[in-house]
Amino acid sequence: MSKESVAVVGIGQTKHVAARRDVSIAGLVREAARCALDDAELTWADIEAVVIGKAPDFFEGVMMPELYLADALGAVGKPLLRVHTAGSVGGSTALVAANLVASRVHGTVLTLAFEKQSESNAMWGLSLPIPFQQPLLAGAGGFFAPHVRAYMRRSGAPDTVGSLVAYKDRRNALKNPCAHLHEHDITLEKVQASPMLWDPIRYSETCPSSDGACAMVLTDRAGAARAPRPPAWMLGGAMRSEPTLFAGKDFVSPQAGKDCAADVYRQAGIADPRRDIDAVEMYVPFSWYEPMWLENLGFADEGEGWKLTEAGVTELDGDLPVNMSGGVLSANPIGASGMIRFAEAALQVRGQAGEHQVEGVRRVLGHAYGGGSQFFSMWLVGAQLPDS
Amino acid sequence: MTREIAVVAFAQTDHRRTSEELSEVEMLMPVLHDVLDQTGLKTADIGFTCSGSSDYLAGRAFSFTLALDGVGAWPPISESHVEMDGAWALYEAWTKLLTGDADTALVYSYGKSSPGSVRDVLTRQLDPYYVAPLWPDSIALAALQAQALIDEGATDEPALAAVATRNRAAAATNSHAQLRGSVPQGEYAVRPLRIGDCPPVGDGAAAVILAAGERARELCARPAWIRGIDHRIEAHGLGVRDLTDSPSARLAAEKAGAFDRPVDTAELHAPFTPQEVVLRRALRLDDSVRVNPSGGALAANPMMAAGLIRIGEAAAGIHRSESDRALAHATSGPCLQQNLIAVLEGDPR
Repeated sequence: MSKESVAVVGIGQTKHVAARRDVSIAGLVREAARCALDDAELTWADIEAVVIGKAPDFFEGVMMPELYLADALGAVGKPLLRVHTAGSVGGSTALVAANLVASRVHGTVLTLAFEKQSESNAMWGLSLPIPFQQPLLAGAGGFFAPHVRAYMRRSGAPDTVGSLVAYKDRRNALKNPCAHLHEHDITLEKVQASPMLWDPIRYSETCPSSDGACAMVLTDRAGAARAPRPPAWMLGGAMRSEPTLFAGKDFVSPQAGKDCAADVYRQAGIADPRRDIDAVEMYVPFSWYEPMWLENLGFADEGEGWKLTEAGVTELDGDLPVNMSGGVLSANPIGASGMIRFAEAALQVRGQAGEHQVEGVRRVLGHAYGGGSQFFSMWLVGAQLPDS
Repeated sequence: MTREIAVVAFAQTDHRRTSEELSEVEMLMPVLHDVLDQTGLKTADIGFTCSGSSDYLAGRAFSFTLALDGVGAWPPISESHVEMDGAWALYEAWTKLLTGDADTALVYSYGKSSPGSVRDVLTRQLDPYYVAPLWPDSIALAALQAQALIDEGATDEPALAAVATRNRAAAATNSHAQLRGSVPQGEYAVRPLRIGDCPPVGDGAAAVILAAGERARELCARPAWIRGIDHRIEAHGLGVRDLTDSPSARLAAEKAGAFDRPVDTAELHAPFTPQEVVLRRALRLDDSVRVNPSGGALAANPMMAAGLIRIGEAAAGIHRSESDRALAHATSGPCLQQNLIAVLEGDPR
């Protein structure tokens, strides 16, 4: 028995900001869910199950908040699943929801991911000291900066590449009304002059801390046939994990990321991602991760990813646009960031991305990662059903 | 037609009041080895891995990443995690196997309650604006449920004590259980609940292997086929719920096909005695059904694992040919807010 095809027929996001003091956690998720339902022209009654994801519960100080959110998510009397796979969780959550449709357990499901980081301090929430364990240093930047330095040394990339990524993503964000950062006066010089946080990562090359939620309505072929707007079809999806630390781990280009991408490409019949995939929404919390992931995902040979960035290939009008939405560098409600990548990929193939729409894209990759570069989730979406 | 999926192996720790000398990984590893050894599988043979745990119990963010070391996720594995009891990790794995993307799945969950006061920790699960600031603890909320049942005439204190006695007597033959045999009811914890009406606080882990179709028959002499599995949630506000009933458990049981034919065994995740009263009524379990031959959550209640253990115990009964059709139940949230039901069957003997 083959799998049921999965379509994205509704997408909703909040306007991501530093602090949504005007809404409760329930209000925040409700807003995104309502947007997605409106986009699909469906009501709460059409939703059979809800799959929610978020990063550590310490960020809001609520243990397993989905219990409290059952009412706001319209989940009372329905199945409600809560996923947590670190930073990749937004992507993983969408894939768990997609499996409910693919396995024919449900016809139409709502999936949602959120973070309300203003409720706490995310950096220190990630830095809780545990006896007898290696401390994670101060926040995620302290963990990832050495791996960026390793990439620079290994590839010989010039120091400026990171700032090019940040300058591009922050300009893309100006075309995305949902992005957190709208820096209208940004210049490359300002990025390069911003304070050094974790050498070589500067302040402007770092993701913000955001409040936000993202929701999608996923459905089967019958549901897609009733949809008012063009669906995005899931052509492939996969998750891969590896341990945080082990002898021989390649932090620059983790094997789990390569394996995850290979699985997605196999499902979707992608022989050459550089040729067959039109655009990418990838999880770039620190600027240098764009060239690093370009290599890990097979868009460039090892050591060559920075050349694509430097040549402008990943610009909005480039040959392989990356993070058309402004990416994680322009909005980072952590638990939602992966789902935003997945949703932005779907928006592109649906032709619904507004000002940051790339014309004529047929296949777009959504990518998320988390933990110590160890959890990966990805999906490839297309404008057409796989076998049509 | 749907793919047939079965529980083919189950393992658990000896649940204890404290395991302070062990990290979560050290607690989990013997269980993973045990469940893999039962099938002869290695980590690399497993198609999908899914776990359930809680950062709030561990006291650190991303606590499940360390457990992955115990799994030995190298080469990289297809893996996911729910911040829920392992029963829901099993549910996710079941959907994965249904898609045909994998033929086998390893499901595990674990929880250490010993480092903190779980009674207080669980208050952080409540509505953060209107309820959690009042710190109503888990025993107090269960006592509200007990009082509602008593007021309705559905039970009384001696009947609740009998539930506790029967479960712990059953646990006498369960070497993994924490409270076994004759346990005094003791003083009131929160009226009308006595200490004996409450679950033991302890640490533990459990693991299950799922397999599809012929693969299940290769790995297990008598697989416990999952005939149906479903889960439902209720409103969070206790004030809008009827605490004497469990419509979510009943609906999940209906969807899982539990009422199609009688079951011979039921493993109920009822940490407090009044919850067994609620569930027996909602699930229409009469005296012909063996309830909690393992001793249930009143005998061992490792957070995040106790629900998965119910499925594992029900499946193990089928593996041992002591049961032919069993119902397994898992719960989450205050006063049975969220409930999962699985119906397991063995091939005809």
